Amino acid sequence: MYERIREKLGILADAAKYDVSCSSSGSNRKNENKGLGDAEGTGICHTYTEDGRCVSLLKVLLTNHCIFDCAFCVSRRSNDIKRAAFSVEEVVELTINFYRRNYIEGLFLSSGIFKNADYTMERLVRIVKKLRTEERFNGYIHLKTIPGASEELLKEAGMYADRMSINLEMPTEAGLKILAPEKSHEEVKKPLGFIQKSITQFSDEKALIKHVPKFVPAGQSTQIVIGATPDTDKEIMHTANAFYKNFSLKRVYYSGYIPISNDSRLPVIGSQPPLIRENRLYQADWLMRFYGFNVQEILNDAHPNLDVDVDPKLSWALRHLEQFPVDVNTADYRMILRVPGIGVTSALKIVQARKFGRLYKDHLKKIGISFNKARHFIRYGDSPMQLKEYEAGHIKGIILAESHSKYQKNPHNQLSLF
Amino acid sequence: METFVFDGTLEGLLTAVFYCYQKKSEKVKVVSSAHFHPDVFHQHFTVVSEDDKAKRVWAGLRKKLDPGWMLNIYKAFLSEQPQAFQHLLDFARYIIDHEQGAETNFGNSDVLAISQLEHKVHREKHRMEAFIRFQKTGDDIFYAHIEPDFNVLPLLIKHFKNRYADQKWIIYDLKRKYGLFYDLEKVEEIVFDFTEEMSPSLNALPARLLDEKEELYTILWKDYFKNVNIPARKNMKLHIRHVPKRYWKYLSEKQG
Repeated sequence: MYERIREKLGILADAAKYDVSCSSSGSNRKNENKGLGDAEGTGICHTYTEDGRCVSLLKVLLTNHCIFDCAFCVSRRSNDIKRAAFSVEEVVELTINFYRRNYIEGLFLSSGIFKNADYTMERLVRIVKKLRTEERFNGYIHLKTIPGASEELLKEAGMYADRMSINLEMPTEAGLKILAPEKSHEEVKKPLGFIQKSITQFSDEKALIKHVPKFVPAGQSTQIVIGATPDTDKEIMHTANAFYKNFSLKRVYYSGYIPISNDSRLPVIGSQPPLIRENRLYQADWLMRFYGFNVQEILNDAHPNLDVDVDPKLSWALRHLEQFPVDVNTADYRMILRVPGIGVTSALKIVQARKFGRLYKDHLKKIGISFNKARHFIRYGDSPMQLKEYEAGHIKGIILAESHSKYQKNPHNQLSLF
Repeated sequence: METFVFDGTLEGLLTAVFYCYQKKSEKVKVVSSAHFHPDVFHQHFTVVSEDDKAKRVWAGLRKKLDPGWMLNIYKAFLSEQPQAFQHLLDFARYIIDHEQGAETNFGNSDVLAISQLEHKVHREKHRMEAFIRFQKTGDDIFYAHIEPDFNVLPLLIKHFKNRYADQKWIIYDLKRKYGLFYDLEKVEEIVFDFTEEMSPSLNALPARLLDEKEELYTILWKDYFKNVNIPARKNMKLHIRHVPKRYWKYLSEKQG
């Protein structure tokens, strides 16, 4: 029993999992019609896979049939795999029934391209329309923009989706040309720009008219695959920065390439995915978005790649010891935020708490900063007299010796000799 | 130092704050009667909860604190931690005795303790919003039971009522032996006498009570959970940090 639907779900969930976005936050869709679901406020991760990734949405492809042959993609035309396709009703029923049991926050719907862009996009729109209008579903919907789909269809999709996204895939145009000659960054920019323009239009109207329908309230995002092409971290982050700026993206996702193909243009099957590098790129992304760093400060011609052994904030601080120590009792919030070992929450607490009196080591520890790391870069009420200036290499040595990296020295699939 | 013994309710705790002022007490040790061990060398004062005294203290705090902080007090109270009562009493007195804005003094140990307790309770609430797994019963009620570390049920009402406005649901706290029932109109507190076939030792309802499609969706959910995993990225340490083992019992995807 159930075999057919189980097989379909297996194939189409498996093919969708390389899209890493699972965010379900940032929308403002309330349950106002006494319908099902509420997508207001912060997202919820309902469970985590054994690889530690959040499961928030039912993430599936409508079909894994595809007319394209992108070397990095499991669903590429030339790959000999099982193919399947959901019907509109099947996706709707799965979403509703998973949602009612509190398994998920909503639907992430993507698809291989069958026939042509419009044909595919039209099917996707039909599903989300049915969910919103017939099922009165107010949960979160993340919908993929199919490159080349008509503006009418994109506009209709935007009326039902909370977030839309379209993937850049490779960090540089040159890299993309090698692996997916049929694709280009240009055809990603066009729909991104169109949807962004429409979002602005709707929010402008909202200032004048009270009841304007929602249009992609959680904004747009994109994904870049890391480690499939020889691009530097600098190229990756500068691309990400440009897309954040030019298209007001909510998120850029970095996905470490997982070898799935024997194609000679790609890393061989069995090689370790670049997990540390992916982690460092996310840290750099956070520095840009929440810590007031300019991309140039983190990555430039002198430092085209992020350090593997230390995080990018510590790395920046070690390169700029002339800006430290920072006195937590007097320094600007902006500068406290730049201290390795102090995060946004702690920095805010520090500037609030110091109005009531000088802060000492004890206060800082209780507030929750990572004191062992931060102590090399700060002065506080009872900081010890510093007799000599340490140099960067020395500080790095102390911090590394005191900390335990979450990464193993040897990757899982590498045998040790002894 | 004086010792106040109260009945363990929020009302009682607020009444205790009132008596600190009426009795012009200096340092007061506050203990709930459940945790109190009388000894012959010390006297203690038993606080009897009084609605109007508690309300006056609450109103006094509300003049100084924004609604977010008032909620923090309630959340810290729901942690049910013995040390929380002391921090709450001292925090309330600290706020009443100082100018507006004192709650941002994170150098004060009670301010910090309340904000940290609040953080813990909030995390548990958020976890329950994530980890509750409903099963649909034959009579169209979506049922789930849980054993949260803190008493978070009162904090869950709004979330689940907004979200599942068009379905009946029950969330039952096995540890504290009460539950919430939403009947499409309002949420009510309920208490069960568990029968043998619906024993608290089972992590799910017996098949006989379930909707005919329930088995299918449990299977599909388990399949889905397995299929979205990427074995090349396996990281059990991270997995367990996000989904601590004590919660696995009630997560259908973690059952064999």
